[in-house]
Amino acid sequence: MERADLIVCQDLSLGYEGKRVLSGLNLRVQSGDYLCVVGDNGSGKSTLLRGLLGLLPPLEGTIRHAAELERGAVGYLPQQTRAQRDFPATVEEVVLSGCLNQKGLRFFYSAAQRSRALMNLGKLGVLELRKRSYRELSGGQQQRVLLARALCAAGRLLILDEPVTGLDPAAAQDLYKTLRYLNRKEGMALVMVTHDLRPALRDAGSVLHIGHKGIFLGTPAEYLDSPYGKRFREVAE
Amino acid sequence: MSLLEMFSFPFIQRALVAGVLVSLCAALLGVPLVLKRYSMIGDGLSHVSFGALAMAVALGVTPLYFSIPVVVAAAFLLLRVADSPRWNSDAAIAVVSASSLALGVLVISGTSGMTTDVDNYMFGSVLAMSKADVALSAVLCAGVLALFVLLYHRIFAVTFDESFSRATGLRVERYNALLAILTAMTIVLGMRMMGAMLISSLVIFPALTAMRLFQSFLGVTLCAAVTSVSCFCVGLTVSFVWSTPVGATVVAANLALFLLAWGAGALRRRRT
Repeated sequence: MERADLIVCQDLSLGYEGKRVLSGLNLRVQSGDYLCVVGDNGSGKSTLLRGLLGLLPPLEGTIRHAAELERGAVGYLPQQTRAQRDFPATVEEVVLSGCLNQKGLRFFYSAAQRSRALMNLGKLGVLELRKRSYRELSGGQQQRVLLARALCAAGRLLILDEPVTGLDPAAAQDLYKTLRYLNRKEGMALVMVTHDLRPALRDAGSVLHIGHKGIFLGTPAEYLDSPYGKRFREVAE
Repeated sequence: MSLLEMFSFPFIQRALVAGVLVSLCAALLGVPLVLKRYSMIGDGLSHVSFGALAMAVALGVTPLYFSIPVVVAAAFLLLRVADSPRWNSDAAIAVVSASSLALGVLVISGTSGMTTDVDNYMFGSVLAMSKADVALSAVLCAGVLALFVLLYHRIFAVTFDESFSRATGLRVERYNALLAILTAMTIVLGMRMMGAMLISSLVIFPALTAMRLFQSFLGVTLCAAVTSVSCFCVGLTVSFVWSTPVGATVVAANLALFLLAWGAGALRRRRT
C-alpha cells in the first residue's frame, strides 16, 4: 500500500517573536505512522505541536500538510484544562463538537455526523455514557470522550498532547491499548507528546527526542543506543 | 397600590423592558464567561463603566456614546491580559477596577461634588432608563440572540476547548472578541439601572444557578436565561412594592435562587 505523506517538515525552525525554540528539524509523518515525541521540559515539544497543527508559522523552513489537514481535519487531543473538568455538558455534546469542522454553515448536525459521533463513542467503549454529564466522569472516561471527539474531527491523523497526564496507571494502560488498536487496525497515524517512555519504546514506530542539546529521530531501538536514549535503557527492560 | 397600577408608570415600563432585555443578554453571555473563568472580567468592566460614565458626565457628552467605546476597549485589554501567561491576570483586573473607580470618584468630586449622582451610578436607579436606552437594549438583545441561535455549536466548542477549536480551524479570537464587545455593551446599558457595583452579578449569578441544576450546556444556557429574566421581574416588582433599591433587590433575588439551586443540587447528589 502506498503510504501518503500527511505532514512534511523541512529544515524547520519554530519559535515566538523571533526567539528560536526549535531549529533544523526534518520530519515526515505518513499515514499509519506512530511517532512519539519525548524530551526535556521546555525543550519545545508543545511548540512543535503548535507548528504541526498549523497554529504557528515557521520561522524558517517549511511545513507541508496534506490537503485534508489544511481544512482542519486534524484529530487533536489537547491537555485538559482545569475549567474543563467540571464543565456542564453531556458526552454527546462534547463528541459532536468534533464534527464542527465538516459542518460548514449548516445549522444542525446531520444524521451522518450524529452516527459518526456515536460510532466513535462505541469504538472507545464509552457509548453507554453518552447521556451522562462530562463532569461526572472519571479522568480516564473523560480522556476517552475527548479522544472520540478527536476521531470525529480526524481523517487519518491524531495529535495527542500528553494524553495520560493525571490518569491512574490502569486507565493509562487502557488508553495506550486503545491507541495501539487505532494505529494498527484502523491505520490511524499518531503523533504523541509524552513523558512516559514505556509506550514510546514499546508501541511507537519512531521516536523524536527534542533536547536542549539537539534533536534525535529514529526507531525506538536506535533511540536506546543513542546518547540521548542511553539513560533510559532500564525503563525498556 | 395594585401591581397593575405599577405598570402604568412610563418609567417602570421602560425599566421593565430594558431590564428584561439586558438580563437576558447578561445571562446568555455569562454562561461562556463563567465557564471560561472570565467572571472577574465582567466585574472589572463594570468598574470601568463607572469611571467612563463619570467622565462622560463631566465632559458633557452623551454617556452611552462615550462609555461604550471605552468599555469595549477595556474588554479587549482585559481579555488579552487574561490569556497572556506573562500577566498576573487577577491582579491586573483588580488594579484596573480600583483605578477606574478612583478616577470616576475624583472626576465627580471635581465637577458636581459627591451628590446623589454617585450613589445612583454605584447602586443604580430605576429612573435611569431613557427611551434611547430601551431602543439600544432591543438592538443589543437581537444581536446576542442571533449570535446564540446561529452560532450555538461554535460557541459551545470555543467555550469548552479553545485549543481543540483552534486546531480544527475555528477563529477563536473572533468569538472571544464578539463576546467581549457584547458583554461590554450589556454592562454599560445595564449599569445605570443596576448600579456599577451590582451589574456584574447579573452576568455571573444566572450561569452559576443554572450550573447547579443542569448537566448539559443547552440546559444551562436556557436555564440561565429564564432564571435571569424571572429574577429581574421579581426584583423590580418587590423593589416597587417595598420601595427598595432596584439593583440590590434584583441581586438579592438572584442570590436567593442560587442558594435554592445549590440546596437542590446537593440534595440530588446525595440521593444518587
